[in-house]
Amino acid sequence: MTKAGQAPAPMRPAPVVPREETAPSYTEFHPRWYRPPISTYWWLGKSAYVKFILRELSSVAVAWTVALLLVQIRAISSGGDAYARFLHRMASPWMIAINVVAFAFLLLHSITWFNLAPKAMAVRIRGIRVPGLLISGPQYMAWIVISAIIFAIVLTR
Amino acid sequence: MVNKDTEPIFWTLFSAGGVVAALFLPAQLFLFGIAVPLGWVHAPAHPGMLTLLRSPITRIYLLIICSLPLFHFAHRFRYTLYDGLQIKHLNEMVFAGCYGVAIIGTLAAAFLLLRI
Repeated sequence: MTKAGQAPAPMRPAPVVPREETAPSYTEFHPRWYRPPISTYWWLGKSAYVKFILRELSSVAVAWTVALLLVQIRAISSGGDAYARFLHRMASPWMIAINVVAFAFLLLHSITWFNLAPKAMAVRIRGIRVPGLLISGPQYMAWIVISAIIFAIVLTR
Repeated sequence: MVNKDTEPIFWTLFSAGGVVAALFLPAQLFLFGIAVPLGWVHAPAHPGMLTLLRSPITRIYLLIICSLPLFHFAHRFRYTLYDGLQIKHLNEMVFAGCYGVAIIGTLAAAFLLLRI
């Protein structure tokens, strides 16, 4: 806004420049916004970002575990020898090392997943928000009970 | 492909798979990937495992814990590739690859479990 009593600056005519200089090439109707390029390693800058990417990468451990399950199902149904070969392969040091890492990622997935639930669903009873522990707590309990049942069923065979 | 109408389906599969993976897979991997190979527990004998595997309940259980977590993987890994590597231009290829793995894995599980 101009101050009272001050005349607006007279409009200057736009400078005439050759068309080739202003429009060197065809551009779309909408101008392209300037976006600074982001490094591929953007997530290494902050521990929260690293945690996020690690959490997302836990899905690879999930797929790996399913692949092992399929191999195991095949081995068991193929007979005693195939099952023995499966157990032998699982006992190789490399396999154990990979599985320890994969297990750590599975734990990361489980813990972050259970802790996420109270944030994803805000349960209210009589207008009061149910504390997160009451939502994630039962899931941890279910996790322990289910794991114990799996151990019991398999190990009593 | 993913659009406003189909996204809820993929997201539901992701979410269901996430729950199943969180509750069931750690025990499975710990047992046969760590505890048995390291000799912490005795490896269950083959006849018992075969009997267990032949039970319809076990087969349904195994189909669920194989299939749904793969769809969880497909969704999550797809977005990890988008965000982590910034390869949005390979969108369709990544989509086909991730869900291809999930569908092939599910079919393989169904085949293996029906064949026993």
